[in-house]
Amino acid sequence: MIEYNKFVLENGLRVLVHPDDTTPMAVVNIMYDVGARDEDPGKTGFAHLFEHLMFGGSINIPDYDEPLQLAGGENNAYTTNDLTNYYLQLPAQNLETAFWLESDRMLSLAFGKKSLEVQRKVVCEEFKEHYINKPYGDVWHKLRELAYSTHPYRWMTIGKELKHVEDATLTDVKNFFFKHYRPCNAILVVAGNVQLEEVKRLAEKWFGPIESGTPYQRSLPQEPRQTEDRYLKVEADVPVDALYMAWHMSDRLSPEYFSTDLLTDILGGSASSRLYQKLVKEQQLFSGISCYHLGTLDPGLVVIDGKLVDGVTMEQAETAVRAEVKKIMEAPVTDRELQGVINKTESMIAFEDMSVLNRANSLAFYELLGDASLINTELGRYQNVTAADIQQVAQQIFREGNCNVLQYKGKAKN
Amino acid sequence: MLDRKNAPHITDPVDFDLHLKSVAVAELKNNTPVYSIDAGAEEVMSLELLFEAGSALESKPQVAVAVNNLIKNGTSKKSAYEIAETVDFFGAYLNTSCSTEYSSITISCLSKQLPNLLPLLVELLTDSQFPEQELDIYKQNSLQRLEMNLKKGEFVAGQLIDAYAYGPYHPYGKYTHKEDLAALNRQDLLSFYKGHYTNGRVKIFVAGRLPTDIFALLNDSLGSLPFNQASSLLTTIDYEHDPDKEKVHTVTNDKGSVQGAIRLERLMPGRKSPDWSALTVLNTVFGGYFGSRLMSNIREDKGYTYGIHSYLQGHLHESAWVVSTEAGRDVCPDTIKEVWKEADLLRTTLIDPEELLLVKNYVVGSVLGTLDGPFQIINRWKSYILHDLPKDHFDRHMEVVKSVSAASLKELAGKYLDESLFYQLTVY
Repeated sequence: MIEYNKFVLENGLRVLVHPDDTTPMAVVNIMYDVGARDEDPGKTGFAHLFEHLMFGGSINIPDYDEPLQLAGGENNAYTTNDLTNYYLQLPAQNLETAFWLESDRMLSLAFGKKSLEVQRKVVCEEFKEHYINKPYGDVWHKLRELAYSTHPYRWMTIGKELKHVEDATLTDVKNFFFKHYRPCNAILVVAGNVQLEEVKRLAEKWFGPIESGTPYQRSLPQEPRQTEDRYLKVEADVPVDALYMAWHMSDRLSPEYFSTDLLTDILGGSASSRLYQKLVKEQQLFSGISCYHLGTLDPGLVVIDGKLVDGVTMEQAETAVRAEVKKIMEAPVTDRELQGVINKTESMIAFEDMSVLNRANSLAFYELLGDASLINTELGRYQNVTAADIQQVAQQIFREGNCNVLQYKGKAKN
Repeated sequence: MLDRKNAPHITDPVDFDLHLKSVAVAELKNNTPVYSIDAGAEEVMSLELLFEAGSALESKPQVAVAVNNLIKNGTSKKSAYEIAETVDFFGAYLNTSCSTEYSSITISCLSKQLPNLLPLLVELLTDSQFPEQELDIYKQNSLQRLEMNLKKGEFVAGQLIDAYAYGPYHPYGKYTHKEDLAALNRQDLLSFYKGHYTNGRVKIFVAGRLPTDIFALLNDSLGSLPFNQASSLLTTIDYEHDPDKEKVHTVTNDKGSVQGAIRLERLMPGRKSPDWSALTVLNTVFGGYFGSRLMSNIREDKGYTYGIHSYLQGHLHESAWVVSTEAGRDVCPDTIKEVWKEADLLRTTLIDPEELLLVKNYVVGSVLGTLDGPFQIINRWKSYILHDLPKDHFDRHMEVVKSVSAASLKELAGKYLDESLFYQLTVY
């Protein structure tokens, strides 16, 4: 049971406090309700570029990192298609330093020209390092475009193309900030060796005076139901052929989410999973294979991907995957399979919750979903999943016409 | 009026008194040492068996890592699948890893599940069979992974730079060749397994919320195994250097690459060196954290790279100082030039007091953040035990970190941060 208190400032900032006096540290986590899905299709990569700019100095504080490091703290941030999260950890004695830094960033950035120029370059290098200069680096770029015709999950957080990042202007940056980075669109979690009353006082003092902003009304184009399987063939300089198959699934809040999560674990989450056992070990068609889902807030994707053993054709590989998928649609999983993935989930949650940083992050995430108390009911929802639920969700997801197949072939092997 | 311009008052972490929870030491009835930390907020634990079974102890290349990988792929009673299924069913994680001197097998699980997993662990340590079919799959998949990695400049750079600095046959310099994988055979694996695992020399590390009868549990299972049959072979390892004659190398791995992988490396004395603790501070200033000289200049000012880091290798016998980055193809030479500019600054100019205090506060703060987690605590102790460092090493080390002067750091930079002693490699 993870205990916490919640209060809301007048400007709409939601604050959650999770005290834990077994650690000498304090954690401050701010989650903004904005991700790559909220970008203009002509200006993609912005939410992520913005994450970099948040470290380029704020209106009253020229450098974010220095004072934090001086106080013994560390920080980082990440951007997903759904949200942007900033977190830091520092000795609890210096908690106020975190409030000072984070509230000034929320008040306003410095919007320096040099910072934008440098971070544009840094993000371009990040783009090259992870998505160009790497075998299979463009897979997600292609798979997203294949699977999503309409929804902004079409592009990755790094952006559709380098040019969008290169072309970002200071005006774009300012508009984005004042639209999304406002108290009414943010969740603040303070955790660790902290006291509720002190956090209340500091939150009022530092975040209270910030203007609320206009709540962001999200109305994204939703993905129409896919009715025909889609295929894309790619050739690139890679040593091994790879097969990616992606099916549309439900959204994060739907009741099927939990059975879908367990379904992917049974199919391809570990060395005892079905796909690994059948296709890697018994039939030796793949050298490695996994099944997982993207865990997005809007309807996401279940993905099976694997690298082919030399000499195996794409068609053989796909047929074998489809045969396994068919089995799980036609017959319920065994009690032992189900119990195993539930046990694994229980253990995974316990390991994650060891760190106060993870607990703070999870609290912010569940609050963004609509209710932080979900953090304490998740395991129960997994434990309630039945073999019939899994069969049913498998039939929905793996239905005919719902699949996107990306065949990624090495050039030398035509 | 709220003063947003000036930082609130802080307590300097450098003034904190840090305490490392002490490790409990016991011995099983077969003389196996058990080091334990009982702590943590969740009912989870880890059990690590650390064997003297690293790659420096093999007589043929790739045998140690293959044994370490395949130890869980079949006994006379259970197939690889049945082993994996048992581990998964109890919600546990079974990880193996192989380094130069040691190899380990670790079980991480909910504490209540440990009794269900110990019989399996005993079986793996006494009855692994290394079936031919499993070995074939392992060879095929390792070869494929190697081919894939060889396409990446950063992978190739990591292999070559150690080979230049230590020599291609040195335990810290050798790397995987395709033909070594192809030559693996079951007999070699079995014999290495018997000598280094079944009858091998082992240390046990447990951490987390431990069952109250943990010691009895371990004694009844692992305590009856025939470990520690021979004396340590670690002293027989040949650490003779054979460094490359050329210091500067440029390699083209992929003509179309948009970045170059840069590695700069020189050999250093190991952790027992009296300079070590102060060196970790100097390294932090140079390239060891986000605000380091290298990051501030090369990423945050010039935008040449997404990240640039320096670090001291943690090998047992000796160490090396490494600078590592992936930079835009056209700015690689400039990136290297800037690295040496920063090194020269450290050799010639005293670090100013504000920056030094910041670095010390940062280091102490990040150490403090690792002193409450049982896994982090046991890892710290494990490293001290393997390096044969004294019990009060943590206190002594922190004392140096807190008190080292700018003048001593400048002297150390003069002694070690010498461009002419570094190998320099760019892989495009």
